[in-house]
This record gives sequence, structure tokens and C-alpha cells, in this order.
Amino acid sequence: MVEFTPVASAIGGILIGLAAGLLYLFNGKISGVSGILGSATIDPSPWRAAFLGGLVFGGIVLNLMWPTTMGAPLQRSYAAMIIAGVAVGFGTQLGGGCTSGHGVCGISRGAGRSVAATLTFMAVGMLVVLLVRTVAGGSL
Amino acid sequence: MKKTLLSFGAGLLFAAGLGVGGMTHPGKVVAFLDIFGNWDPSLAFVMAAAIATYATIVRIATRRRAPVYGGSFPARNGGRIDARLLLGASVFGLGWGVAGLCPGPAIVSVATGDPKILVFGVSMLAGVWIFRVRSR
Repeated sequence: MVEFTPVASAIGGILIGLAAGLLYLFNGKISGVSGILGSATIDPSPWRAAFLGGLVFGGIVLNLMWPTTMGAPLQRSYAAMIIAGVAVGFGTQLGGGCTSGHGVCGISRGAGRSVAATLTFMAVGMLVVLLVRTVAGGSL
Repeated sequence: MKKTLLSFGAGLLFAAGLGVGGMTHPGKVVAFLDIFGNWDPSLAFVMAAAIATYATIVRIATRRRAPVYGGSFPARNGGRIDARLLLGASVFGLGWGVAGLCPGPAIVSVATGDPKILVFGVSMLAGVWIFRVRSR
């Protein structure tokens, strides 16, 4: 049972916006994680490696100091996680962005493409969750 | 060097934001997407706050001719809303809806060592690679 956490979520959002903003203001780079990840596979420039490294290191620190920030994965089979992972990896590349790239950076910069992409992946996500709950009984 | 350190710091801060905001809780992500069921709108607050903050900083940045550490700002992407975009977003949405994980949180959560998250992470890299190999 998850609870509504408007304050923590807003603070989290501010931190995300700040992180992305600093990367933009100082380095002129867009902090779309899928974009950085995808580009790093063909051009592993220092700033990309550093950003991704920061995410990994941040995860290590969170896990050690504030483990309650890391939630347990859902009731999903390994097969479901593999398919979902490939879909996220491939889809974000094909669509040119993810929740950070399109949802935060793109929308903030007024990109119609990003609005369309965000509405799409949210709508599909909502449909999938509905189907998993009603057809599959909540676990996959 | 400055640019690299800043990028690392940004990644760190980004991870903190994801953690504090709840994005590293797949259950919370799915609850946000469970709009017809037990809906938890918290993640809308994450996104709204992020957009408000980022848009403000971008506005400040736009008054400059160049980023603080040099280089140039990216061009505005005035691309079309085409089938690739919508298909890609749909496939991403499918994966996100199933696992409750998107790229950022997935990378951050790898630290837990949870086997299912690791499997997701490796699969995500595979998906990225498949695309990159295909489009060469």
C-alpha cells in the first residue's frame, strides 16, 4: 500500500531539476539518461561516463545510508523483467528519450515532441498497469 | 576536468532526487500509473517540481552566450512528431509499466544488488545495444 508523499516527491523533483539544470548551465548538456546511456555506447566521452558514474555512486550511497529510498522490485518473473528491460532500452532509443529526457528536459524546453512522447509513454504505462492488474491479477 | 567533475556531481544529485522523490520505488511508479485503481499521484509532483526547477534554470542559462564551462548550448530540437517517436515511446511505456523502472532509477537501483534489478539493467543495456547495432 503506497502513500501519497507530495512533499518528499516535490523535493525529489527539485533536486532532479537542479541536477539537470546544473548540467545544462555549466556543461550545456541535456540530462536525458537514456540519451546519455545510448550515446555513451558509441562515444563514451568523459562527461557521459562521469554522469552515469554519479548515478551509480549515488545509488551506492543511497543504498548504504538511506536504504528505505530503494524500493523492492515488483512481483515479476525473470522473463518479464528481461522483456521489460529490453523494451525500456530499445524503446527509449527509438523514441529518443525517457522520463528525464522527454518528460523533464524536453517539456521544460517547450518541445512538442517531448510532450507527445511523454503523454504516450504515460498512457501506455497506465494501460499496461491496468491490464496487469485486471488480466494477470497483479503479478507477471 | 571541471566539466567531468560537474557531470559526476550532477549524476549524484540526480540520483538523490530520484531516491527522495520515490522514483526508485517501482511500487510507487506503478501506483502512479494505476490511475484506474489505487492511484498515488506522488510522481506527478516529482515531474512538476523537476520541470518548474529545470525550466527556471534553462531560462537563466539562455541569457548567456555559452555554458559556464564553455562549449555551446544544444540547438532546439524542432523535430516532427513521427511514428518512430510514438512507437519508441510506446515500447518504453510498455517496459516501464511492467517493471516500474525507467533508465535513471534502474541504474541507481543496481546498487541494491537485487538479481531482478540486475537482470533488468542488463536487458536494458541489451535493448540499447540492439538499437544502436541495428541503426548503424
